[in-house]
Amino acid sequence: MKKKRIKSPYASSLYWPGGVIYMVLFFIPTVLSLFFSLTRWTLQDWEFIGFENFTLYFSEENLRIGFRNTIIYAVLTSGLKVIFALYLASYLSSKLRSTGFIRSVLFFPTLVSTIGVGITFSVLMNPYEGVINAVLKSVAGFFGKTTDGPGWLIDPNLLPIVSIALVDVWKGVGIATLIYIAGMAAIPRDYYEASSIDGASTRQQFYQVTIPLVRPAMFSVIILSFVGGLRSFDLIWAMTGGGPGFISDVLASINYKQYTSGYYGLSTAGNVILFVLVSILVFPLSRYLNKKEVVM
Amino acid sequence: MFTRDKGLKSKTKYRSIWADIIGVVVTIIVFILPFYFLVVNAAKSQEESFRLNMSPPEKWLLFQNIAKVVSDYDWHVLNATKNSLILTLLSVFFLIIISGMTGFVMHRKRNKASAIANFLVLTALVIPPAIVPTIWVLQRIHLYKTLAGMIAIEVAYGLAFAILIFRNFIGTIPKEIDEAAIVDGCTGWNLYFRIIFPLLKPVSITIGIISTAAVFNDFTNPLYYLPGDENATLQQTLFAYVSRYSTQYNLLFADILYITAFPLLAFIFFNKRIVSGMTAGSIKG
Repeated sequence: MKKKRIKSPYASSLYWPGGVIYMVLFFIPTVLSLFFSLTRWTLQDWEFIGFENFTLYFSEENLRIGFRNTIIYAVLTSGLKVIFALYLASYLSSKLRSTGFIRSVLFFPTLVSTIGVGITFSVLMNPYEGVINAVLKSVAGFFGKTTDGPGWLIDPNLLPIVSIALVDVWKGVGIATLIYIAGMAAIPRDYYEASSIDGASTRQQFYQVTIPLVRPAMFSVIILSFVGGLRSFDLIWAMTGGGPGFISDVLASINYKQYTSGYYGLSTAGNVILFVLVSILVFPLSRYLNKKEVVM
Repeated sequence: MFTRDKGLKSKTKYRSIWADIIGVVVTIIVFILPFYFLVVNAAKSQEESFRLNMSPPEKWLLFQNIAKVVSDYDWHVLNATKNSLILTLLSVFFLIIISGMTGFVMHRKRNKASAIANFLVLTALVIPPAIVPTIWVLQRIHLYKTLAGMIAIEVAYGLAFAILIFRNFIGTIPKEIDEAAIVDGCTGWNLYFRIIFPLLKPVSITIGIISTAAVFNDFTNPLYYLPGDENATLQQTLFAYVSRYSTQYNLLFADILYITAFPLLAFIFFNKRIVSGMTAGSIKG
């Protein structure tokens, strides 16, 4: 028995503009990258060389640093944003008088140029002339001690990537807070009233009511900032350019360096590696978080 | 909101004043001082700015410094301002039009296409774009190194996020509105652009602001897809000036301040709308 099909009032052709742009500029290049990562490529013509790009990429010493830094950066930025933004949002959802002011100020850095922020902070973090170390020195002097202050961006170990991650948190915590505030606004007031009748303190309400119910917003913050951290490039490029040496390189900055040197196949292979890394970390993470949400 | 006895009330009031003071002081130190540093140093003379401290300038040269930055190198920054504004306005315009209609049909017409579209949107949020192959594609369609190509890229990369927010917001619009219009014979593209799109104003503004900031401040994509001095956007000039003005911190900071002025103005005008638009059921989990 076949029902006669009525023409739907919703036009499928509304898909066309978005679909075409997405296909041509996102989907097709992604598929092509799988092929071109296996070639030696000049953009005019290519030569198939199998997995040589990948073995070359993995044999380089600085790639290990890049891998490590990418993970550290993503974990650190998303972890700190998730925690700071949670407390900030609960502070800003309160009835305090300063919330309007703090909310505006907090959100402003998200609108400002990343490059501008990076340049400003690299000057502030200058180990010899920077304001931050000058303050540290005078504070130490006040307690009768002397210190040169840390070499924020020129330290030969992990400190440069950590410093950049802190600036990233400074810039990005506003948007994370905003997502939390939206989530908290959606929690029905009844839960707070019921728990306060039962004698719960504000602190208990925060841990027993707010945190469990704001979980969907928390998961959005985790996923968004983790993905952003793994793909991050511009702040790092503005603050250290991956330096000193390769100390603060991440996968995205290594790919850019390969691209400017004309190793297009190699750069594309790096792109595919980043693509795989992001996929194997983020998709299981998001499935895990979604599962927890259902249990709750 | 809560019923409390009197003693508790005055205690919480006392505590809330302290929370206010601490909150404001910490905010000023962490968020305002870096901007203060930027402003005073952008207003100093070259020798004075070289000391890189927080003291106010002996003489305010802010407008002279900004004028110098804008006119230097044959008005390079002015040209970049034009490029940035064209790129931002057109990208955001097309982004809102295209993502809204996609979000609408995705939400209202549940079929195989909407399931595929959902999947593609979620993957596009996560997966990093394949850069060099995109350059190759742009060359094939003669859009590499052109503003038009750059606009198309910004739309393509902004689509997923904008569609997601539009689709969630459209979920809050009752289907009865569609049905009333359909009964009156309004279907297809007309249904969306005449009936639904005007109702999306709050969320369109939110997306407009967020993507204006994203496109205007985008450094990475023009770096790859729009090289060349005459095509430079403001972010590109800033990066180039790190080496050009390496001894003239006052001009470097004046350039940063000039660039920041655009989002600052948008922020002052739309601040309330951003937060209310975000909380109006747009982003929820």
